[in-house]
Amino acid sequence: MNWSSFSDFLAMGGYAFFVWMSYGVTALLVAAEVIWVVKQRRQSLARALVQRKIREWSST
Amino acid sequence: MAIHWFKYASPASFYGLAGRMIPWFAGAAVVTTLIGLYVGLVLAPTDFQQGDSYRIIYIHVPAAWMGMFTYLVMAGWAAAGVVFNTRLSGMMVQALAPTGAMFTFVALWTGAFWGRPTWGTYWVWDARLTSTLILFFLYIGYMALRASIDDPRRADRAGAVLTLVGVVNIPIIYFSVQWWNTLHQGASVRPGSSSMATVMLTGMLVMAVAAWMYTIAISLARVRSIIIEREQHSAWVGELLASEGHDAVAGTSRGAMGSNQQGTR
Repeated sequence: MNWSSFSDFLAMGGYAFFVWMSYGVTALLVAAEVIWVVKQRRQSLARALVQRKIREWSST
Repeated sequence: MAIHWFKYASPASFYGLAGRMIPWFAGAAVVTTLIGLYVGLVLAPTDFQQGDSYRIIYIHVPAAWMGMFTYLVMAGWAAAGVVFNTRLSGMMVQALAPTGAMFTFVALWTGAFWGRPTWGTYWVWDARLTSTLILFFLYIGYMALRASIDDPRRADRAGAVLTLVGVVNIPIIYFSVQWWNTLHQGASVRPGSSSMATVMLTGMLVMAVAAWMYTIAISLARVRSIIIEREQHSAWVGELLASEGHDAVAGTSRGAMGSNQQGTR
């Protein structure tokens, strides 16, 4: 264990800004991509269903 | 061999296979990320030269590897699409591009925030950095090209050509630190030898595995949406929608109607 306390860990030996900008932005991008993919799945299912209903109605 | 590979080249059977694999790869991604972060941020000691700024390596190197490797996988699918003319190939290329672009951006971003404390600058036009920036533009270029072509099959072919031409950039990135006198350090990890302490190397390799697991899970999830969008006129998607679609519409009816007005391909 390298850290004497949690604030010592956060300080990253004086490099907090550089280390946490790297880790923080990476975490944000990964979270954004996961949310995007989940939304994309719902939208593609919903859109395909709407298209299919429109075709069914227009063919009757 | 009893495995019928071409069976899974059809989007309909690949859709089911991908759905069964996603939970395993997503779970492995979460577990390896937690282990990698624990090893890298808690167990690994402070570097005697760079202090704790070196801890950026646990993101930077796996992201840079993944950005390059994802491009090679895209190029492999693109080549398969050109040779066998399978629809799934183009869909896989399309599904991998955003994640490859994300990891390449992360490599550039974390590199900037590592370069500042170690080199005194966020950016230099050095061979390694410049060729990695070109890789990022290749991903963006592929996505822009796709978005500009309405017919998905034509977009597949145009995208495959762009991807295959751009693959020449990958060895340039990889060997840039040997071919040119760059500010970027040489490879810390080579097959058979490496210049890192064991615990640091372990943390980095676990994070690299995590990046792999994440990329596989997220691109399989993305390709399922792409398959539904592009195969929506087929009978099997109709059956699928009858069982799954109504739940999805109940969740996002407003969004779906909104985007429907813009028309679908």
